[in-house]
Amino acid sequence: MRPMRLAALTAVLALGVAACGGTTKSSVTSAPAQPPASSAAAAADPDAPIKQGLKLAFLPKQINNPYMTIVAEAGAEAAGEFQGEAKEVGPSDASASSQISYINTLTQQGHDAILISANDPNAVCGPLQQARDKGIKIVSYDSDAAPECRDLFINQASSEEVGRSQVQLLAEMIGHKGEIAILSATANATNQNTWIEFMKDELTKAEYKDMELVKVAYGDDDDQKSFTETQGLLQAYPDLKGIISPTTVGVAAAARYISGSKYKGEVVLTGLGTPNQMRQFVKDGTVEKFALWNPKDLGYLASYAAAALVSGQITGAEGETFKAGKLGERTIGAKGEVILGPPFTFEASNIDDFDF
Amino acid sequence: MARVLRWDVIIGLLLVAVFAGGALGSPSFATAGNLSFALGDLGEIALIALAMTMLVVAAEVDLSVASVLGLSSALVGALWDGGMAIETIIPLVVLTGALCGLVNGLLVTRLGLPSLAVTIGTLALYRGLAYVVLGDKAVARFPPQYTALAVDDVPGTFVPYPVALFVLLAVVVAVVLHATGFGRALFAIGAQEQAAFFSGIRVKRIKLLLFVFSGTVAAFAGVVFTLRYGSARADNGLGIELAVIAAVLLGGVDFDGGKGTLGGVIAGVLLIGLLRNLLMLNDVSTEIQSIVTGLLLIVSVLTPRLISLLRPVRTGTSALKGTP
Repeated sequence: MRPMRLAALTAVLALGVAACGGTTKSSVTSAPAQPPASSAAAAADPDAPIKQGLKLAFLPKQINNPYMTIVAEAGAEAAGEFQGEAKEVGPSDASASSQISYINTLTQQGHDAILISANDPNAVCGPLQQARDKGIKIVSYDSDAAPECRDLFINQASSEEVGRSQVQLLAEMIGHKGEIAILSATANATNQNTWIEFMKDELTKAEYKDMELVKVAYGDDDDQKSFTETQGLLQAYPDLKGIISPTTVGVAAAARYISGSKYKGEVVLTGLGTPNQMRQFVKDGTVEKFALWNPKDLGYLASYAAAALVSGQITGAEGETFKAGKLGERTIGAKGEVILGPPFTFEASNIDDFDF
Repeated sequence: MARVLRWDVIIGLLLVAVFAGGALGSPSFATAGNLSFALGDLGEIALIALAMTMLVVAAEVDLSVASVLGLSSALVGALWDGGMAIETIIPLVVLTGALCGLVNGLLVTRLGLPSLAVTIGTLALYRGLAYVVLGDKAVARFPPQYTALAVDDVPGTFVPYPVALFVLLAVVVAVVLHATGFGRALFAIGAQEQAAFFSGIRVKRIKLLLFVFSGTVAAFAGVVFTLRYGSARADNGLGIELAVIAAVLLGGVDFDGGKGTLGGVIAGVLLIGLLRNLLMLNDVSTEIQSIVTGLLLIVSVLTPRLISLLRPVRTGTSALKGTP
């Protein structure tokens, strides 16, 4: 009986305390936000040389993910160019909390910078702050951490550019004419929805007056569901000319359906995909072009940004610039973001240069 | 001889060996910062393991604990987002956990269903409810004084508050389990349920209590988890029931019930946690970490069996007594 009584007692006590007023969301959010801990006091010296022997660590969402591995390998290559070294460590599952112990370990090991693709922007925040307290620079890439917990975010592509360029890519292939549809991930996926907003906005321009978006379907980033949704779209809209699927799962499933159907060669498919998933569909003519950022450039830029931070060339403030090796000079935008550039278009002529 | 060969003692010694090895071989291992973190990282698993030990000793199991943790986390997020005070949310959520445990317990004791089957069912059910409550969202920005409470060390030590709380609770559970009639009843139920029943032990009542306790502790662990990460999500703690059961197993608690010590379980939790921490500090890959933990578990199940096979040979006569 004892545990039960204990639990009940604690509950009653706690409820009693609660009745005397408490801490609510509004009482917290109304408090002034913490100033960013970035070393705003230290002035940037753009001419400072890159320090030698820098130790960088890439912490991807999960390891054994080909895309993430390419990013980290390109990062290590860049580190080699400035006589530093970079390693990749990380959890085997991409759950919100799995990166935490790695952040702690990297902090204890005393790296110069941690480059992270955050599984959860807030869950990694506390440990990243502790790392920064020890003087470690934090660069997020691919998936941002809460801005107050990192120095820089290397954004693979701005949402606006992704959205607009997808429409441009498709329009070019269907001659700016006909019904189109979008096959997205889940209905509440933030990034997908932002892209779709920009796609819709792009479609309001005069040059697309003969194109009509008839449906946004959701494949929930599930291969099977995306496959059936594609099937459904094509049956429901017999005049459909093109599909945009801005998700790697969706575009691959749609391509698989189309390649084995009578719509092959009739309906144009494009979207955001990875070369390994799309290779066979590009080779067999189902898909002519699709887009994604270049993960090699992403890792390369992230490494140089981390080196520039550690060496004091930049502090992470808007407007500062640094040199990123072969990618040239980059400028830090608002909220400590550095944008990689417009999405990269993959087609038959270049797809074999990529393995991810 | 038998006393020395007890598995929980071996695990304890192994723990000391890992710690000593770590302290000598890895400069950043035995630092306050690292230990505080490594301990904090074990907090939820350790808390849940307390309740799980009692259940397993009584030959039952609760696989729904991680889902209760997730549901608790989702509820904390949803209620906080809705503007409720955290001081009200915490007891409410813990009560919900008790309710989850009560459902498990009633299904097991009143309907006589096996707890493995019941809690596999509620594992899916409670996790599903967590997604109903919060969906794919993540709620963050909890009051700093509370998140600090989940992360900070007790002043002057490297023991985070949740771990300190665990120590207190562990003392209570250890006393209950190993020094009271209630504790002995648990061992009796686990060893021979019918015999326990006929000797006047209220088997069903006790089992029901254990499930309620398990749900309560899991929900509280969910609160700690949420505050520690500062992020409430429906998928929080996914799969940690296996980590808990692994620790209980490693600690030498017999899955057939009736045997085991809390000390062994605590050593088991620490051993898995510190070993993983040490491997990570030495850049051992995640795959190898899993392999090491897996092997350790198999050895932990195998060794006591081997010992019990060897023992009759050594002592000669005891084989005739027919100890199972």
